[in-house]
Amino acid sequence: MAISTLIGASIKRREDPELITGTGGFVDDLPQTGLVHMYVVRSTEPHARILGIDTARARQADGVLAVFTGKELASEFQSPLPVTVSFVPEKKYPPHYPIATDRVRYVGEPVAIVLAQSRAAAEDAAERLDIRYESLPPVVDMEKAIAPGAPVLHDELGSNLAYDVKRAGGDIEAAFRDADVRISQRIRQQRLIPVAVEPRGVVADYKPFANALTVWSSTQIPHFVKVWLAVILGIPESQVRVVAPDVGGGFGSKIRVYPEEVLAALASRKLGRRVKWIEDRSENMKATHHGRAQIWDVEVAARKDGTVLGVRATQYLDLGAYCSQFGTFQAIALLLIQGPYKLQAWDGRGIGVYTNKTPTDAYRGAGRPEATYIIERVMDLVAQATGVDPAAVRRKNFIRQEEQPFTSLMGLTYDSGDYSTTLDKALEMVSYQQLRKEQAEKRKQGKHVGIGLSTYLEICGLGPSVATTAAAGIGFWGMAVLNLHFTGKATLVIGSSPHGQGHETPFAQIVAETLGLPLEDIDVVHGDTAIGPMGMDTYGSRSASVDGTAVYLSAVKVREKARKIAAHLLEAAEEDVVYENGKAYVKGSPTKAVTIQEITGAAFQPHRLPAGMEGGLDETTFFNPPNFVWPFGAHIAVVEIDDETGRVQIQRYVAVDDCGTRLNPLIVDGQIHGGIAQGIGQALFEDGVYGEDGQLKTGTLVDYLIPTASDLPMFETESLVTPSPTNPLGVKGIGEAGTIASTAAVMNAVADALSPFGVKDIDMPASPQKLWHLMHKNGGSKR
Amino acid sequence: MIPASFDYIAVKTVPEAVAELAKHGDESKLLAGGHSLIPLMKLRLSTPSFVVDIGRVKDLNYIRRTDGHIAFGALTTHHDIEFSDLVKEQLPLLASAASQIGDPQVRNRGTMGGAAAHADPSGDYPTCLLTLDAEFDVVGPNGRRVIKASDFFVGTFTSALQPDEVLTEIRVPAPPAGTRGTYLKFSRRSQDWAIVAVAAQATVKDRKFQEIRIGLTSMGGTPLRASAVEAALRGKSADADTIRKAAEKAAEGTDPPQDLNGSPDYRRHLATVLTRRALEQLTAGR
Repeated sequence: MAISTLIGASIKRREDPELITGTGGFVDDLPQTGLVHMYVVRSTEPHARILGIDTARARQADGVLAVFTGKELASEFQSPLPVTVSFVPEKKYPPHYPIATDRVRYVGEPVAIVLAQSRAAAEDAAERLDIRYESLPPVVDMEKAIAPGAPVLHDELGSNLAYDVKRAGGDIEAAFRDADVRISQRIRQQRLIPVAVEPRGVVADYKPFANALTVWSSTQIPHFVKVWLAVILGIPESQVRVVAPDVGGGFGSKIRVYPEEVLAALASRKLGRRVKWIEDRSENMKATHHGRAQIWDVEVAARKDGTVLGVRATQYLDLGAYCSQFGTFQAIALLLIQGPYKLQAWDGRGIGVYTNKTPTDAYRGAGRPEATYIIERVMDLVAQATGVDPAAVRRKNFIRQEEQPFTSLMGLTYDSGDYSTTLDKALEMVSYQQLRKEQAEKRKQGKHVGIGLSTYLEICGLGPSVATTAAAGIGFWGMAVLNLHFTGKATLVIGSSPHGQGHETPFAQIVAETLGLPLEDIDVVHGDTAIGPMGMDTYGSRSASVDGTAVYLSAVKVREKARKIAAHLLEAAEEDVVYENGKAYVKGSPTKAVTIQEITGAAFQPHRLPAGMEGGLDETTFFNPPNFVWPFGAHIAVVEIDDETGRVQIQRYVAVDDCGTRLNPLIVDGQIHGGIAQGIGQALFEDGVYGEDGQLKTGTLVDYLIPTASDLPMFETESLVTPSPTNPLGVKGIGEAGTIASTAAVMNAVADALSPFGVKDIDMPASPQKLWHLMHKNGGSKR
Repeated sequence: MIPASFDYIAVKTVPEAVAELAKHGDESKLLAGGHSLIPLMKLRLSTPSFVVDIGRVKDLNYIRRTDGHIAFGALTTHHDIEFSDLVKEQLPLLASAASQIGDPQVRNRGTMGGAAAHADPSGDYPTCLLTLDAEFDVVGPNGRRVIKASDFFVGTFTSALQPDEVLTEIRVPAPPAGTRGTYLKFSRRSQDWAIVAVAAQATVKDRKFQEIRIGLTSMGGTPLRASAVEAALRGKSADADTIRKAAEKAAEGTDPPQDLNGSPDYRRHLATVLTRRALEQLTAGR
């Protein structure tokens, strides 16, 4: 498309005034009258039989309307919670219902619901429930879980093994045969807790005579929740409306249909009242899914010049107690390990395991940070083993621009990009050669300085309908409805469901640019299943490339119809009419123009339209992209580790990202900043720890350490632009890139700093205590 | 995360507070800034049936010089201590510690009296007040008594306060002119509780430690004094070698806890490192 003024402009987010002044509308803020409050009573046992629940005393408590146990609700569910293909069609999984009936399998699993006139009354009454458990041995460790004789979570599966699959390409035996260097390394991906700023929340309103259900939920996927509430509760889909109002962050943690959405709706149906459930932070830490939770055993075959020939790896994925809706999505890492590099062979094995812990599912990046972490650690391990500089190792292995579109060992086709460009730029920003010299100098002074590179390639833009069937079992697409009103104002309904990203601003920019409408004349609406066709919602950095394209195509269709109407009004041939900046005129006579507002007015008056043309000026687009989009970039972290305390200080953080066309660079930068922060959180701070007793030991924000601004360095960001050929805007995606890149950059820097101690790899998070032990207690100092 | 139900009264005077506490006994709790009590109540780890709010009692929020002491009203906030010129000049250790408690919101609400009475061994004030030999004015049904810091911190989350007593004032001896102080706190994130912290105050004259006080946070069930370090430095030369050797004794006699962020070993080591760094800071340029 033409060089534009609005697309690519750093316009402040139109969402922000409300959010910043505290006048936004989250689920808990919605004006609701006549509410009944639901409290979910959760298992305190990681693994137990429920012998009985005595609800009598709770029912008699002040303000209580009803108490239901899992057994009392079981007959109402016409389907278990959904489980998608998520790259592992071979997996075995048990039906997972919203509430336990006779057995609990993780601390936090719902066992009963209390409905009362206030949340406080419900919590008080919950303490009066008498739940009798017969404890069973908890299964906590993944490897022990699949060892013979381990207690089994789901008797019908016979073991705790959900799947054991192979994903391979190329001749791995030959790669190892030809190798000069062979490296084996176990690499851990600790369990992370997403901690969206707004915990989840639901208000459900069932109207018995209409058999109609409205649910407001803090979700990323209102459209999917609508479909599944209809299926699970047996209500016609046309009678179910789901609204995602302002949503305070998701990071994947609101990507699935949750038990509480079903339970609140069911409670509303049973009581004939509006039911509200708000998750508190204590619940959020254990009832909302976790992420990562993997062990990787990696073997690398390389040449002594730094060429990586092949990688063989096993990914153990801790699914937690049940297979969540996208529980095996993180196995996508098995398809993506290759990254931006030209390997001869990849031999992957994926093993999914059930344990007595909170289920895991998508968390910012969902499998892509893990794939990047593994291959970027591999590049540094090869550098360490061969003595070739880490930047040179990457250059040696990069796929070259002339090889694009490149087809990976797993059959994925990359779209565009010269991966060396972002690396070159980042190296230049840190003055890499100089930096290495300074590092050598500081080492002589006994200082532990490390430099870490991460040159990631990311897949996003779900997606091509055929290909995404492997992800979710159904095809994905982008959706947008652009509807011009009589006065020339526009309503844009989008299929994505933003939860903090700021879709309204760049999507309005696309329409304003394409139609020449004032930006403020375009209202962008989303997250309400009653106001548009099925949308595919928001996850996986898909919205700009897929729904953004649908927005653009709808605007183009409106423009083309407007041009036809203009030709009729101007009594000219259509091909002689020029449309620009919101006006149409006959070529050569720009002074005699009709405005889009005049055209819109005519569109609603049939006598002013060309013969045979239907009235109105609204267009709907379903966009099925021909391929994924593949943003890439290079991040560099420079760290120094305090010899005496083990604390990591990030001295510089440089990020060069190429996400194709940037619709709004301000938003791109915000996504990169937040993403880097979250990735550093994994590298240095966050750890979801369970005790051997199956209890979550990091269930508060005192123990689960999410970094704050004061714990993070300045980020120096730059962008390069390689448009994607996959869509007409040339956009890729940027929502997860920061997280995908930064964990590896920081950990490579930490490992580099500690390489004089003989350290090869460090389990995350790189806590001060751990690093101090590595430097001073692990065979002694090598300085 | 909603507290169990409780009754509440906001009193206007200390005698009223004492009377309410006497009436309700063990079932009652005093509420000041609320930054320790309210989280415990929300988690239902503390379930008092009666809360006596002293937040509106007048004349308990002050910092002033009295004869030979700096006196703090029990309701003085961390923020006020952090930014008080008097504290910065006379008791820089306290200003330094106050500036590192929680985050600005916490520092604007939390009070010195509340934090002291809570007696958290990983709290910052208890260590400072022990180190500075503070004394605590306490009012109960039988009138006023004074408790020395060395008697005040009895155990983990346990002070010498009786359930019917109200802490009204904390007095800290004003040190000689030229005394320096600092609080070095080691934690994973800026707003966290200390894994280990060291409170240090030194009066150095003629390159000798005339007076030296060192305290340790999170190294046992109560705040502690690093007596061995103090003994090794008192009257001794303020040179690097003496400091280094003395700091090695920082963990002597301690029994530090084990948690996710620190083993006892690691804490003992941190205590020596932080002690040395604190002393280096206090003697720099002297």
